[in-house]
Amino acid sequence: MSAKRNPARELLFGDLWEYDPAPETAKAFIEPRYGLFINGRFVAPKTKKTFDAISPRDEEKLSEIALAGVADVDAAYQAAATAFTSWSKLPGTERGKYLFRIARLLQDRAREFAVAETLDGGKPIKESRDFDVPMAAAHFFYHAGWADKLGYVTPGRTLEPLGVIGQVIPWNFPLLMLAWKIAPALATGNTVVLKPAETTSITALKFASILQDAGLPPGVVNFVTGAGETGSAVVNHPLAAKIAFTGSTQVGKAIQRALAGTGKRLTLELGGKAANIVFEDAPLDQAVEGIINGIFFNQGHVCCAGSRLLVQESVAEEILSKLKIRLKSLRTGDPLDKNTDVGAINSKAQLARITELVASGVSEGAEMHQAACQLPKKGFYFPPTLFSNVSQSHRIAREEIFGPVLSILTFRTPEEAVEKANNTHYGLSAGVWTDKGSRILKMSTELKAGVVWANSFNKFDPTSPFGGFKESGFGREGGKQGLLDYAQLE
Amino acid sequence: MQNVQALKRLLNDVGTVDQVGIDDRVAKYATRSIKKNAKVFGLKLAITMVDLTTLEGKDTPGKVASLCQKALHPHDDPSIPATAAVCVYPAMVKHAAKYVKGTSVKIASVATAFPSGQAPLKTRLAEVRAAVADGADEIDMVINRGAFLAGELQRVQDEISAVVEACGDSTLKVILETSELETYDNIRAASFLAMRVIRPGDFIKTSTGKTSLNATLGNNQVMLEAIRDYYLETGIEIAMKPAGGIRTAKQALHFLVAIKETLGDAWLNNTRYRFGASALLNDLVRQLVKEKTGAYQAPYTFSESSSAY
Repeated sequence: MSAKRNPARELLFGDLWEYDPAPETAKAFIEPRYGLFINGRFVAPKTKKTFDAISPRDEEKLSEIALAGVADVDAAYQAAATAFTSWSKLPGTERGKYLFRIARLLQDRAREFAVAETLDGGKPIKESRDFDVPMAAAHFFYHAGWADKLGYVTPGRTLEPLGVIGQVIPWNFPLLMLAWKIAPALATGNTVVLKPAETTSITALKFASILQDAGLPPGVVNFVTGAGETGSAVVNHPLAAKIAFTGSTQVGKAIQRALAGTGKRLTLELGGKAANIVFEDAPLDQAVEGIINGIFFNQGHVCCAGSRLLVQESVAEEILSKLKIRLKSLRTGDPLDKNTDVGAINSKAQLARITELVASGVSEGAEMHQAACQLPKKGFYFPPTLFSNVSQSHRIAREEIFGPVLSILTFRTPEEAVEKANNTHYGLSAGVWTDKGSRILKMSTELKAGVVWANSFNKFDPTSPFGGFKESGFGREGGKQGLLDYAQLE
Repeated sequence: MQNVQALKRLLNDVGTVDQVGIDDRVAKYATRSIKKNAKVFGLKLAITMVDLTTLEGKDTPGKVASLCQKALHPHDDPSIPATAAVCVYPAMVKHAAKYVKGTSVKIASVATAFPSGQAPLKTRLAEVRAAVADGADEIDMVINRGAFLAGELQRVQDEISAVVEACGDSTLKVILETSELETYDNIRAASFLAMRVIRPGDFIKTSTGKTSLNATLGNNQVMLEAIRDYYLETGIEIAMKPAGGIRTAKQALHFLVAIKETLGDAWLNNTRYRFGASALLNDLVRQLVKEKTGAYQAPYTFSESSSAY
């Protein structure tokens, strides 16, 4: 059909029926100033220093966040170690009750948390409302169910907690990553010192009030806020039994080097450059939808984003033209507007990185396509971008962009698709689009990726383990496998 | 053997549809937030797209008369527009003609042994001609689902061609009866079968409204995408009519969002899109009055008590 298509014919996505602004009006209840959450209460940092939380939506200051130094991190670890003595001995049913309570309280305050997440991180309200917050609650519910069933995870053996877990999480899904980290740690009887990303501390600090309301014993969960130095203090503290890190491959490698020989356990969930592979027999419109969802979900700030599209040559032209049409009805702008599909880039630094990589794509000869869209004047925004004629050696095909930028490559045979898909340092996720069931199964065994989605992309569930191959890290989060990374078998 | 392969060959040509993907896509339409001016515009637009329908054994000239009045003047407020058409059984066409001929409201008549289509072709065509002769501007036909499911695609298409001819100058709407075709693949295939023989400006339509599952955002989306692909391939603009099951203004707005984001502005008018509905009109009017006055009015304000519409 593509051959017969007349390129002069266009669909008009104009302003005949423009949606009025539909801003979410619920209050986020953000405090003007936050301390560190140590031993069940907010305390001033010993550093006496703070840093500003800025909204990427309009660059307005949201709050002042305490900067934790080495002494503060030490206080958090001491509190966690003290709490561990009784928390680890609590029967599973009792720990489960706390987790259920946390999950329910989060659901009760879902709207407020969604608005706070959007203000702080820039993601569209419809994603924080329909994905981040409900999924975070789901992780607490799921692990609450495990807390009293740990004896059944591996028959004949019991799961014993490790101790105090140091956790460092990224800025792309602040609340959800917090849930992924805290829920399994608590379910298995560990206590936690967690550092949110410096650009997105607010929902973690708001979450501290949920822990207080749930009556969680002091010290079981502690939040220390700050940037790289604080993170390094968390990672290197001698009381840590295990470090769980989600973030960039570069920092992950540094952590692994630092932990060598210390006996601390480590799980890393790092970067990705996922291949989304479209075969010619795929339902093309749904593949297009999946590609769009795969790369523009959360502005592409997703470690498993489908940022490398591999299309079979016979349908490459048609897929590109369908993608260009789809781009026209994608709404980029104020993340607080309920009709926004692509929100604000998380930070100025990230916007600069995306801009730099896109410029390299243009100068290396790839063909750029951007939807004409009006971006807000204030705040950090980048239009959804496609690159066609991308080759394997281009930087945009190799480096993780972590932004709304898709690189389109082609392949001729399934074997070539696998080879190109696996030709990367990363191995976090992949997508396969085909009508042929047997091909899906074959591809899923050959692709070196922790998750392979079939005729879908970016689908998550607490029961399904998530994690990477190669430089995308090791360890799994979610499911039974995720529990095992927070326990030792006795 | 040829019959067995016919559907497969057609799908090979036009492409298949993934059900999970379609359902994911349309779920996003329902999260669009339509407020203020956009809402008023959408509600009025939807009213101008309604084919106000009565298709009951107990229809009488009197019932059709009041239906026509309602179509011409949905409410006291003159800023509320007339509907696109009234839709009746062939025997009622001449009664409707008395009230709406010469106005902006068209007369649509179901024909071809609606809703089952299980009558000899000759009978079905004679019914079409009779309805046209009585003044029907538009004919809503049903396809031969039995033939489609038996793999006789050519026959399905030939019958549609025959009805096109019998229509003369009247517009044709081809009802696929999506719930009986069941799968999205079948719906896409049937859409192409019809589109390839009907004329620019003719419609494809989801359902008769006489089965348990009628228009949904899902089957609407499959058909809109078929229309889009056919337009991009041939330049021929086919129109679309979901029918049955769209009862609330909110639902109607979701369907309009689907057009806006799939086919674009050129399809946001009543020559390219219609709603086959009866109860919907009152809810559209109710919401419009609410936008104007800030309060919901009592049901009897909108002739709600006359049960059929």
